[in-house]
Amino acid sequence: MKIKLWINNKVYEDHVEPDTMLLDYLREKGFKSVKCGCDTTNCGVCTVYLDGKTVLSCSVPVVRADGHRVTTLEGVAKEAEEFARFMAAQGAEQCGYCSPGFIMNVLAMAKELKKPTEQEIKEYLAGNLCRCTGYEGQYRAIRNYLGATRANYQLFEKGEVIEGVR
Amino acid sequence: MYTIQGYEKVKSLEEAYELNQKKSSAVFGGGMWLRLGNRAIGKAIDLSDLGLDKIEETEEAFIIGCMTSLRDIECHEGMNRYFHGMMKETLRGIVGTQFRNTATLGGSLYQRFGFSDPLTAFLALDTTIEMYAGGRIPLDEFVSMDYDRDILVRVHVKKNGRKAAYQSFRNTKTDFPVLSVGVSRLDSQWKITVGARPARAVVAENSGKLSEILSENLMKEASEAAIRQFASAVSEKVRFGSNMRASSEYRRILSEILIYRAVRDVLSQSEEGKM
Repeated sequence: MKIKLWINNKVYEDHVEPDTMLLDYLREKGFKSVKCGCDTTNCGVCTVYLDGKTVLSCSVPVVRADGHRVTTLEGVAKEAEEFARFMAAQGAEQCGYCSPGFIMNVLAMAKELKKPTEQEIKEYLAGNLCRCTGYEGQYRAIRNYLGATRANYQLFEKGEVIEGVR
Repeated sequence: MYTIQGYEKVKSLEEAYELNQKKSSAVFGGGMWLRLGNRAIGKAIDLSDLGLDKIEETEEAFIIGCMTSLRDIECHEGMNRYFHGMMKETLRGIVGTQFRNTATLGGSLYQRFGFSDPLTAFLALDTTIEMYAGGRIPLDEFVSMDYDRDILVRVHVKKNGRKAAYQSFRNTKTDFPVLSVGVSRLDSQWKITVGARPARAVVAENSGKLSEILSENLMKEASEAAIRQFASAVSEKVRFGSNMRASSEYRRILSEILIYRAVRDVLSQSEEGKM
């Protein structure tokens, strides 16, 4: 089938099989940040944006992206790097396998929720699994990132010391 | 993983219906569950170009297109305001935001999955399913019908002042529910639905019994005990099964608690004077 789509603002025209998944297509085109983690449609590693909305690219046939805009981590490198510094400051990562999908969802959340509460953050990101940490480092990184990048937003209590704040 | 021979973004429902008469065809909703199977699909029928991904609110109803994502329903202000946050409560536990951006209401309701949170919730409301050939079918009937080769087009939820609440229990967040419960009240009629039994959701009660019980037990403590007793009696009538997540006995006990909580929720909405 013939398709035309935009990946990180660059146009791609191709012939694809109807059962080729967006995940596999993106990897084939060299977007290696997009990975499959669970094979059961729930770990969140393969998260990309389809017309600005987060989707699991493992379960979207690429023909569905025909005529649409796809964004991968490579397309938001600047924002991703900014957030990644907060992650590193917390030593939040161990193996790092889940980070691309996680960062994509954090950036989507930061765009969608103005001043999220702890509960809202955890609920928004519940579909991103990390099997080596306990999410605490990531959570601290998000608090610090949101605290630093938007005005009048403090998620943590006054006087609470967050180690590693830049 | 499934295989697909041909993929058709249909231009009309008529075309979709024609294509779907072949057994090897499959209507492609979100494709989330389909991915976990090994089906060989001759023709995947994609309805996404038909503008059926929207929620329309009229004086009498919410009309939800079959391709509307679970996430859009979860975040829909009008529906959440009308049903007191029930949509959010029903959908927020399903896998993750990315999943709910893709999974569709039509897919979840048509398949009548036992684990379907929306099936249990919408069954508690005044919901009719609009099928392309079959016309409007009350969800109460649709839930126990066999699969056919028709196309689910829209879901209509009446705005008739019904108060409703949803409860589910999960072993871990984002997992399938171990049990789900919907409770609603229209005047003196109380409707109670139980899903993830683990079989398909059922209407466990639809009567004025609870209203009678409550009018006989006006004191707070008496009414508490009466609601618990009622929840227990309703749960006794439901058939539960066992699977890897829980035993049937455990589900029955959960059912009593979840019915009780949802009834309390509906009563507290009524006490806010929004009857």
